Amino acid sequence: MGVSGVLLVAFLTVHMLGNLQIFLGAHALNSYAHFLKISPELLWGFRLAMLGIVAVHILAAIALTLENNGARPVDYLREKSAASYASRTMIVSGIIVALFIAYHLLHFTAHVTNPEFDLLLDEQAKPDVYGMVIAGFSNPLTVAIYLIGVLLLSWHLSHGVSSMFQSLGLRNRRSACLIDSAAYLYAVVIFAGMAAVPAAVYFKLIS
Amino acid sequence: MNVTLKVWRQSAGEKGRFERYEARNCNPNMSFLEMLDEVNEDLTNSGKEPIVFEHDCREGICGCCSLVINGEPHGPEYRVASCQTYMRSFKDGDVITIEPFRSKAFPVIKDLLVNRGAFDRIIQAGGFISVSTGSAPDANSIPVPKVSADLSMDAAACIGCGACVAACKNGAAMLFVSAKAAHLNLLPQGLAEKDRRVLAMVGTMDAEGFGSCSNTYACEAACPKGITVDFIAKLNRDYALASVRTKLLGTDVAA
Ligand code: HEM
Ligand code: FES
Repeated sequence: MGVSGVLLVAFLTVHMLGNLQIFLGAHALNSYAHFLKISPELLWGFRLAMLGIVAVHILAAIALTLENNGARPVDYLREKSAASYASRTMIVSGIIVALFIAYHLLHFTAHVTNPEFDLLLDEQAKPDVYGMVIAGFSNPLTVAIYLIGVLLLSWHLSHGVSSMFQSLGLRNRRSACLIDSAAYLYAVVIFAGMAAVPAAVYFKLIS
Repeated sequence: MNVTLKVWRQSAGEKGRFERYEARNCNPNMSFLEMLDEVNEDLTNSGKEPIVFEHDCREGICGCCSLVINGEPHGPEYRVASCQTYMRSFKDGDVITIEPFRSKAFPVIKDLLVNRGAFDRIIQAGGFISVSTGSAPDANSIPVPKVSADLSMDAAACIGCGACVAACKNGAAMLFVSAKAAHLNLLPQGLAEKDRRVLAMVGTMDAEGFGSCSNTYACEAACPKGITVDFIAKLNRDYALASVRTKLLGTDVAA
C-alpha cells in the first residue's frame, strides 16, 4: 500500500506539472506530449508499469478492507471516533477515484467517449493535445466529472500521503507535524493544480 | 444524580442485546465502576444476574477495566481508564451506553467481559528478553543513552488494556504491539533479540485475527496512557529491516 502509494504520488506530481504546461501555450503542451510518445516501446513499458502499480494498490486495498471489516464483527451502537473522516473512508474515495481514472483514460487517452479527438492535428500534422483539452473541457458535464474526480483524489491524498510515511516507518515525533502539514498542503496543491486546467478552459481563460 | 444505562448483556454462545437499567441517587464523585457496583447490588438483591465487567486495581494501572462508554473506549475523559472515570463527567438524566471492547480477537466471555488472551500470546511470542537470572547486575554496568531510556519508559507505560484495539475500526493491535516491542527494542538488553522479537510478535498478532493498521490514529486518542503512534512507525521500520535481514540475508540484528 505504502510503496505503491509513493509511486502513484510520484506519477501524479509529474502528471500535474505536465498538465500545467497548457498555460505556456499550445506549442509547449504539444511538444511535451509528443516528447512523451517518442518511443512506443518506452510509452507502453511505462503504461504497463503504471497499470501494475495501480493493480497492486487496488488489490492491496481490497484485501485490507476485507480483512479489516472482518476484524470487528459487531459495531458499536454510536461510535465516537477520533479518526479523521478521510482516514475512515479511504475505500470509498479510492473507488470513486478509480472510476474517474477509467473515465479519464477513455476520454483523453483512448478517445472512446469522443472519437473526433483522433482527427485533431496541429500544424506539424501531429496529435493536437492542446486543441483536444480545449474541446474536451468545453462540455460542462465533463468539467464537473473532472472537478469531482480530483476533489476526491485530494481527499484520498489528505490521509494517504502522511499515512504512507507512517506505513514505511519514516515518521517520528519530531517530523510528525512537518510531515502531516506538508502532506495536507500537497493534497491542496494537487487539487489546485489539477482543477486549474478544466476550470481555466471552461471559464475561457485559455482557448 | 440519576442516569439511565443501556448495557450490553450477552452470555456465552448467545447473540447479545442491550438492557436498560436506572442508576438512582449517584454521587457525582463516585467512580463509574462504583456506580455499576450499586446497580449490581440492586440487581442481586432483586434476584437478577448482575452485570459482569472486569476490573482490578481501580487506579488506572492494571489494564483490566475495559468499558466502551457512549461509543468511546474508557469513556469521555482524555487519558483515563474506565475505572478513573467519575460520574461528574455525566449529567443528571443522561442515557449512557455501555458496551464491551469489540474486536474479533477479543471474544465476549459474558456481558462486558472480553477475553484478551490474544495479548498474552503476543507477549509470550517476544515480549521478553532471554537472560539467565542471577544476582542483580550493577545499576550502571550497561550504559543506556538517556534518550533511549526516556523513550523506552514512554513505551513501557502501556498497561495492555486493549483500548487501542477497541477504538480501531480495523480491530488492529499495532499500538499495543509497537509499545511492547519498542519498550525492549530501545534498550541494549533488548537489542540482541530485536529482529526475532519483532517478527514473532507481529506474526502472532496477525495470526490472532487482529486487523491491519490503516493509520487512522483512533488508538492514540483512546489510550489511557498516552502511547503515541510514533511507536507504530518505529515498529513498521523495525519490521521492514528485520524482514530484509532475516528473510533475505539470513542474518539478524545480532549477527
Ligand atoms: C485507483 C483507485 C484507488 C483505490 C481503490 C484506492 C484505495 C486505497 C485504499 C483502500 C487505501 C488504504 C486506506 C487505508 O489506509 O485505510 C489507499 C491508500 C493510499 N492511496 Fe489509494 N486508492 C486508489 C487510487 C490512488 C491514487 C490515484 C493515489 C495517488 C496518486 C493513491 C494514493 C494512496 C496513498 C498514498 C495511500 C496511503 C498508503 C499508506 O497508507 O501507506 N491512491 N488507497
Ligand atoms: S481497573 Fe486497573 S486500570 Fe482500571
